[in-house]
Amino acid sequence: MGAQLRVYRQKIRSAQTTKKITRAMELISASRIQKAQARMAASAPYARAVTRAVSAVATYSNVDHVLTTERENPRRAAVVVFTSDRGLAGGFSSQVIREANELRTRLESEGREVVNYLVGRKAVQYYAFRRRVAAKEWMGGTDQPTFETAKDIADTLVAAFIAGGEGGEGVDEIHIVYNRFVSLVTQTPEIVRVLPLEVVDGVEEPGESEILPLYEFEPEVDQVLDGLLPVYIESRIFNAMLQSASSEHAARQKAMKSATDNADKLIREYTRLANNARQAEITQQISEIVGGADALASAK
Amino acid sequence: MAELSVSVVAADREVWSGAAKQIVARTTEGEIGILPGHEPLLGILGAGEVRITPVSGAVITARAEDGFLSVENNTVTIVAGRAELVA
Repeated sequence: MGAQLRVYRQKIRSAQTTKKITRAMELISASRIQKAQARMAASAPYARAVTRAVSAVATYSNVDHVLTTERENPRRAAVVVFTSDRGLAGGFSSQVIREANELRTRLESEGREVVNYLVGRKAVQYYAFRRRVAAKEWMGGTDQPTFETAKDIADTLVAAFIAGGEGGEGVDEIHIVYNRFVSLVTQTPEIVRVLPLEVVDGVEEPGESEILPLYEFEPEVDQVLDGLLPVYIESRIFNAMLQSASSEHAARQKAMKSATDNADKLIREYTRLANNARQAEITQQISEIVGGADALASAK
Repeated sequence: MAELSVSVVAADREVWSGAAKQIVARTTEGEIGILPGHEPLLGILGAGEVRITPVSGAVITARAEDGFLSVENNTVTIVAGRAELVA
């Protein structure tokens, strides 16, 4: 067998094995995405109830509380970046990191120091490679986030927020950057400032001609707000993690689908080239035999 | 008589929802009973149990931690990071 032909056959085999892997990953993501979406849907009532309560408190009570009031000249801002643990998901992690970098530039131009909190191995690697310091990191389980992790992240953030940026330890603002799951084909990176409370989105509109009631608080407004603050942060973080997980699976499915398609294309191209090389070899052999026979005949 | 529409919600799922006659929950201040027509209320749950008396059937007990309770317009939402029904 000619050398050229062997090289092509090798390339075809290599593309075929790659295709098997990418196809398998595509199918795995496709099945996991449904579960991830179901979890997102299951946590929706919780997020809705919490957001509704927070907005009710924020709108219908005239109290000054850390939750709702912006601090005068904020110094330090926390940025929480949600990426994945593993790659092979197209631009999933890099688009979030890019967005986080933009946010960082913006915050620094406003004279704030950025404190990084990283979720997912990809973000940790990115920051470690550039020798940027992270206040805390969480790795593992980004594709199936648990509420415990969300709670841990939220506790860390709330503690930092309550400490405040004055002493150079805590923070005055909390921003989160994550991939919002729009649909199976679209996931957009999104920056949300969770604290101090900015805009409460997703609030259920009260029914027609119905106004939100004046709440009675048990025990006191301040204490209710104190209790609500961590719950609210937890729910936002958990929601971001679930959205990010769904987006990760969707992005991976898409990336792996195009990888499989590309492998198909490569196999087709190399098969053509290999056929060509084989024919060329045969033609050459024939012409050699014919040439040899002619030479023998004329020598007689 | 009016009834309460109740939902007990945990972070990752809805634990129970339905119509009820009465709810007894424990806030940080102590136990509180809620009947239909209760004024709007927002309270922080203390550690303990929530007892729901459904319109029909036996009393349902749920353990809820880390959460709050909101009442408005005969709709009661019990929101907790962790919540489960006690058999």
